[in-house]
Amino acid sequence: MPSLIDLMLEGRETEQHAPWPRAVVDVSVWNFAVSELAHSRWSLLGLWGEPSAVHMAIIDGWTAEIAVISLDCPDRVYPSVGLHHPPALRLERAIHDLFGLTAQGLPDTRCWLDHDQWGVRFPLAERRDAPKAAPYRFLTADGHGMHQIAVGPVHAGIIEPGHFRFTASGETVVRLEQRLGYTHKGIEGLMAGTSLERAAQLAGRVSGDSTVAYAYAFSRAAEAALQLVVPDRAAWLRALLAELERLANHLGDIGAICNDASFSLIHAHCSVLRESVLRASHAAFGHRLLRDIIVPGGVTRDLDAGGTDAIQAALDNIRQRFPALVELYDSTASLQDRTVDTGVLTAALARQYAAGGTIGRASGRSFDARRALAYPPYDSLHFEIPMLNEGDVNARIWIRVREVEQSLALIEQILSRLPQGSLGTHAAHRRESREGMAVVEGFRGDVLVWLRLRDGLIERCHLRDPSWFQWPLLEAVIENNIAADFPLCNKSFNCSYSGQDL
Amino acid sequence: MRKLLFESLFRRPFTELPPLPDDAAVTELATAVGRAARRRLGRSLSIREIDAGSCNGCELEIHALNNAYYDIERLGLKFVASPRHADVLMVTGPVTRNMREALETTYHATPNPKWVVAVGDCGRDGGCFAGSYAVVGGVAEVIPVDLHIPGCPPTPTAMLRGLLALLERVDAGAVAP
Repeated sequence: MPSLIDLMLEGRETEQHAPWPRAVVDVSVWNFAVSELAHSRWSLLGLWGEPSAVHMAIIDGWTAEIAVISLDCPDRVYPSVGLHHPPALRLERAIHDLFGLTAQGLPDTRCWLDHDQWGVRFPLAERRDAPKAAPYRFLTADGHGMHQIAVGPVHAGIIEPGHFRFTASGETVVRLEQRLGYTHKGIEGLMAGTSLERAAQLAGRVSGDSTVAYAYAFSRAAEAALQLVVPDRAAWLRALLAELERLANHLGDIGAICNDASFSLIHAHCSVLRESVLRASHAAFGHRLLRDIIVPGGVTRDLDAGGTDAIQAALDNIRQRFPALVELYDSTASLQDRTVDTGVLTAALARQYAAGGTIGRASGRSFDARRALAYPPYDSLHFEIPMLNEGDVNARIWIRVREVEQSLALIEQILSRLPQGSLGTHAAHRRESREGMAVVEGFRGDVLVWLRLRDGLIERCHLRDPSWFQWPLLEAVIENNIAADFPLCNKSFNCSYSGQDL
Repeated sequence: MRKLLFESLFRRPFTELPPLPDDAAVTELATAVGRAARRRLGRSLSIREIDAGSCNGCELEIHALNNAYYDIERLGLKFVASPRHADVLMVTGPVTRNMREALETTYHATPNPKWVVAVGDCGRDGGCFAGSYAVVGGVAEVIPVDLHIPGCPPTPTAMLRGLLALLERVDAGAVAP
């Protein structure tokens, strides 16, 4: 089996790309990489466009080697990845909508982000002359007694907008088709040509629940490009922020999943615990969701004794109250009746899509960027990566429960070993083009950021939410479940709309 | 479960005193709410939340309004599932071009009298997303807005203050000429 290094040797490696290599390859090497993806020897980490090039990030799951290969496409066409490796389908549709690049052989050529409302086609391309997009046609399902249920984009709950088209036979869902893109804000377009500060602010607003993870990934990518080394104290504070975000979100999700099975008691108690984390975050860092604290070069806020005490008090409170809720979940048969064997994601699909986060880890894929890529300070912290194989709603709850426990332990380690030192470092101005990439484990999974700086400004930045490789799996798991279990399945996935739509 | 419920009986509630209504919001609303409203609604408002393109940050904090600390329902405010049941639309986000039509449709599906509260810095003028090819701008670009609650995202307390100011006006509308 060839290694990713061999692949690099086949291409023309770019020198200014860090920390992983990037090589410009020809069509045959591109196609070879696609076939390796299709045979599950490598996993797709990201696929994004530029006006006349496409880039593909690949990870070797065994060795955690990462590489980026790029294909120039002056004729605005490239061989489709999605044709052989379905996880790339939506990414290729998005590349077409933004850049007008055509994936040759792409089985699904419908628009994805473009809803024919922008007043412009291919907004990030150099040439924008193009015919109007064709009307959107949903997939069909024929058969006796089939009926459709259309939901959204405005949903009944307080959630983000998206459209779900169910085809059901009686109660049973035969097909779910998602249509997303409603919250597309053109963030990658807004970033082009802006300063690092403004781009970092935008990165922190890609997905509100992952504001730390995005600022973290963006900053690490910028630092990789500029060859900046972040001071120890800042690196440790970043991990503290990331774990607080994970803790708050997992607590919220555990409660919300139970609430979707109409078990509001756990929801009420988990909401209280989540609130205690947000209040501690506010006391320690001045913002409940910890927004705009991680910036390229370091962090903007230090942690003082008062902040440490507030966080420690929240941890003590959770350690005291959370076990009773877990016990309640574990001993309530009527609740488990809803979650066990519901919405099963097979290990094969999780592996094929390289599904990250709790979704992957509940279906036998143990990848966690904190461990696999071991970026500091996680290389010197002790933690376990919980993993289950059942792949149902119940397993996804248990992974979250275990990760809450791991985050509590991680935060305690960070608080007790937090190094002294400065909070940040500044970059020397560099005129030449520099590229950087980072993968950071958010609460939802691995967030990827790739960017190219020129003369201190962002030339191109791509942010890939973990949801890109999770949303399609939700379509698969709901099949043959009853429509009433969809909220349960959906909440146990908790994919991001805004992160995907960007 | 019994033990958990039993403990809750004796523990002091988490719920905190509501904040005072926001003065600025009261002024902004002075013209918005009439006496007819009070007659019809009493001191109670049903809220329908619409994400018109936000990053989801505002939604997280709107969710928090339902937790035991803020317990929004004790104040006569509750979230409902359909615009047909709503008196107030709480709208977040810069309105994206892809959400514009859905926002308009939802607004028209809400019966009169109705009020629109734009939540967050993006809801006011598009925030940091203003100027994008994919963004219309603030909520007021698409539907009439009665109250803005600033913040990125606004804290639950800031949202409560704004909503209480709205309630106060609905209430005062009954006695004021």
